[in-house]
Amino acid sequence: MPKKLQLRIDGEMVSALEGQTILQAARNSGKYIPTLCYLDGLTPVGGCRLCMVEVSGIDRLVPACTTPIQDGMSVSTTSAKLTRYRKIMLELLFIERNHICAVCVSNGHCELQAMASQMGITNVRFSYNYPKLSVDQSHSRYVLDHNRCILCTRCVRVCAELEGAHVWEVTSRGIHARVQSDLNQKWGESRGCTNCGKCVQACPTGALAEKGWAVEEMIKRNDNITVLAHRKGAGA
Amino acid sequence: MKRITIEPVSRIEGHAKITIQLADDGHVAKTDFQVTQVRGFEKFTEGRPFYEMPGITSRICGICPVSHALASAKACEAIMAVRIPPAARNLRELLHCAQYVQSHALSFFYLSAPDFLLGMDSDPASRNVLGIIRKHPDVARDGIELRKFGLQIIESLARERVHASWVVPGGVNAPITPQTRDRILGELPEAKAIAHRTFKFFKAVLDDYTDEISHFGSNPTMYAGLVDQKGSLQLYEGALRFRSSIGEIIEDQIPAEEYSQWIAEATLRDSYLKAPYFKPVGFPDGVYRVGPLARLNVIENYGTPAADAERKEFAQRFGVPAHSSFLYHYARLIEIVYALERIEMLLGDSRTLDEHVRAKAGVNALEGVGVIEAPRGTLIHHYKVDEQGAMKWTNLIVATGHNNLAIGKSVQQVAEHFVKGDKLEEGALNRVSAVVRAYDPCLSCSTHASGQVAVRLRLVDSRGELLDEVSN
Ligand code: SF4
Ligand code: FES
Repeated sequence: MPKKLQLRIDGEMVSALEGQTILQAARNSGKYIPTLCYLDGLTPVGGCRLCMVEVSGIDRLVPACTTPIQDGMSVSTTSAKLTRYRKIMLELLFIERNHICAVCVSNGHCELQAMASQMGITNVRFSYNYPKLSVDQSHSRYVLDHNRCILCTRCVRVCAELEGAHVWEVTSRGIHARVQSDLNQKWGESRGCTNCGKCVQACPTGALAEKGWAVEEMIKRNDNITVLAHRKGAGA
Repeated sequence: MKRITIEPVSRIEGHAKITIQLADDGHVAKTDFQVTQVRGFEKFTEGRPFYEMPGITSRICGICPVSHALASAKACEAIMAVRIPPAARNLRELLHCAQYVQSHALSFFYLSAPDFLLGMDSDPASRNVLGIIRKHPDVARDGIELRKFGLQIIESLARERVHASWVVPGGVNAPITPQTRDRILGELPEAKAIAHRTFKFFKAVLDDYTDEISHFGSNPTMYAGLVDQKGSLQLYEGALRFRSSIGEIIEDQIPAEEYSQWIAEATLRDSYLKAPYFKPVGFPDGVYRVGPLARLNVIENYGTPAADAERKEFAQRFGVPAHSSFLYHYARLIEIVYALERIEMLLGDSRTLDEHVRAKAGVNALEGVGVIEAPRGTLIHHYKVDEQGAMKWTNLIVATGHNNLAIGKSVQQVAEHFVKGDKLEEGALNRVSAVVRAYDPCLSCSTHASGQVAVRLRLVDSRGELLDEVSN
């Protein structure tokens, strides 16, 4: 049985188990920290930097989803600085690819969009990249639209950790990074893909979608993924 | 030689520029109608999944997004090779009719009524919808109510007033509830009463405009529009018919996918708007018109009692085919009556309430054409896709495109008749703009660009120097 630790989150004393992350401790005690790349049930990677929090005694921000708690820790989840940083992170996600909500299958059901509106982002202060990106429509049931991908790697993780197929991987670096299936084959030609659709459900945006849905129609169910992951974890 | 430039033409949706060149004696030497924006939907939809097209193309225009969504969905269904369920078909026509009511009401009450209610020569500062509200509050109220009636139907079906994501390839994404049907039926009598009142008043003022009627683009042209097998009006289905300027049927029952055998498009210098023409006649003589007046001329009948009675009266007054573009306004009012009648019929059809509203399929053909009659005229969406359904090629021919050549001719005629001397007569220039407005052109659609409304009239001499400027 892991040890119980005490910490403060936004001034309030909470207890959590040793080995848990700040995010888990916060969520278990009903505190909200914004996240995008995190999906309950998958290994956290600290990729999107939206969950950054302040910890007393540490002079830099830390990601709540990957930082384990320590006894006596004092965490702030909100501050002017955090809001500023989180907004910048989101704006940078928007400029990197082509997120045109109005014509997107996920319009109204997109985590990126929801996060932006929750943060009150009404305009983007940086200039857009407008990259020319492809849409992989080779799979019989699903589509991958790189224009809408935020490289959260949820698809990569759910496929590897839960389905065990490990179809997805991230290739290249920085601004050239892309998710790719198998060894950069077309998704439809992937030998590993089991057509399970978990990646589609895990994807927070319209980047992965079921074929044939029109604008606004793609509604994802990632609660199933969490349930399944915990069940698996319990059995292991 | 002096030159008068009207740019942009106001109270139309989009940007146009009219240049009137005067000869040294002050007579109109030449006119040019140019559309000055471009947006290029054809280009940036390349590579998109075809089933996204209704959503994307309905963003072309804020005035008639429903038309684009419908034409696009029909093109998609040609690619899917499916027939949509009867309920979906009815609901789409219902949506389309509601769109007619709101779009025609907008054109009539907001954009054109200022001309014939306040007078072509009235003060341009108040010759707008606000002037109408001040001087004729009842008419303004009717206009607002009628438009609201249409918009509310669209909203209750499509959940969103402007961009209807409810129209999807294969049908629609939700059935209609009996409550919605009953609510619409409940509001219908008032909408009909408004249409009736408006007609009465319009017919009364018509006599003040005999000059406009005879010189407002009254050059005979061919006409095109969709009809059913008996020649009755079709807004959502049907096949294309061409009628000659003297009323003979030249071509009939042209299926959507064969449009390009009959219609070709010329690219004009200085204008982003292509000029479609009737292929057998060639360019530039193959001028034909589309839209409310063209439909009135093309069909045998509307197929609904009140609209047909109006058409009969119209025929007695002006004859059919009627050529004056001023009569577009008249035909538009008849279509409001028609649309209200169709709404009632569709809501009375028991199939409309059926809950099966969507057919599903993948790519079963690599090419598809969708044609409908948009409020402003025939709208064609033509797509080509690869085996996986990625868009490879798009061609859109919109109503204002079809009318491009005819609008140019009308401008020439009006300018010749009303513009005299080298002085900027505001009333004359307004008439030039008004003839463009009679077509209710949606230039943003035609060039697939978004537009704003303001007017700048410029009088330029032969060396291009500004002599005078008027704006309203
Ligand atoms: S495709 Fe979706 S799930 Fe995968 S990395 Fe991109 S945004 Fe994340
Ligand atoms: S949620 Fe923690 S970094 Fe993305």
